[in-house]
Amino acid sequence: MANTSSFSSSPSTKFNFYEKPHVLAVDDNLIDHKVIERLFINSTCKVITAENGKRALEYLCLADGQHPNHNDLKVNLIITDYSMPGMTGYELLKRIKESPTMKEIPVVVVSSENIPTRINQCMQGGAQEFLLKPLQLSDATKLRCHIKKPLQGGFAGEDDHA
Amino acid sequence: MDVLNQLQRQYTDFTALLYREGFVDDNFTQVQKLQDESSPDFVVEVASLFFEDCEKLVNNMAEALEQQDVDFKQVDSHVHQLKGSSSSMGAARIKNVCIAFKTFCETQNRDGCLRCLQQVNHEHTQLKTNLQALFTLERQIVANGGSIPVMQ
Repeated sequence: MANTSSFSSSPSTKFNFYEKPHVLAVDDNLIDHKVIERLFINSTCKVITAENGKRALEYLCLADGQHPNHNDLKVNLIITDYSMPGMTGYELLKRIKESPTMKEIPVVVVSSENIPTRINQCMQGGAQEFLLKPLQLSDATKLRCHIKKPLQGGFAGEDDHA
Repeated sequence: MDVLNQLQRQYTDFTALLYREGFVDDNFTQVQKLQDESSPDFVVEVASLFFEDCEKLVNNMAEALEQQDVDFKQVDSHVHQLKGSSSSMGAARIKNVCIAFKTFCETQNRDGCLRCLQQVNHEHTQLKTNLQALFTLERQIVANGGSIPVMQ
């Protein structure tokens, strides 16, 4: 259910004093996507969904063979499930943090299993937070506070690139 | 007002039964808590999504199990999806069937898989009927000017 049609977002204008933050939600579970969308209702965020790590990397232009492209892409928060087929949320987290263009994007990992070693692993790996499913309304606040704000009207991630 | 009280009592009793009999679990409560004025039809939307997805996955599993050479890995991936959705939905009975189903996939037991598939179908129908009844009660309560009792 990758929503890659929203890949080509707004035309790249230099000045964007206010733009909707984009949240990328990665999960193979339809219901969880609906829950995440619900948590961002009444926020000004746009939620983009990807059904697995591979699709998420493609969206971020980090897949093998892709050229990293940060110019038009704006992602202010990534929420990923831990247990996914193919690539776990932890593996996705590592790929993101290893990328010079994407490593600044905050990543929150969610899981239905409360396993301390798993939580530690993700926090060590650079996750902002680890949340347990089922997500609740109170988690909406936690998630929103991790959103990386655009710097001085520019795009998130655009700061130190020519 | 009598009618309303009756309806609300029916609702409370019916909900208690659904939990007691294991049709739904605490995750369903969490889904209900996500419904409010900004998302007034959330539970019905999630339920519709779930049942649609369940049907699709069941069809996929049936097809895969009909093959001469069953690809148990494929069946397993469908079961895994259903397990995830049913868990998030709070559809406890379906989730539990999926747990057994997964074991049969791992041991490549076709008969076991087919039995589980039948059970999933059965539980799907039961839950759909039950939730439709629940939603009908909710509508009737609201139509009678009342508010839906909050379960704990």
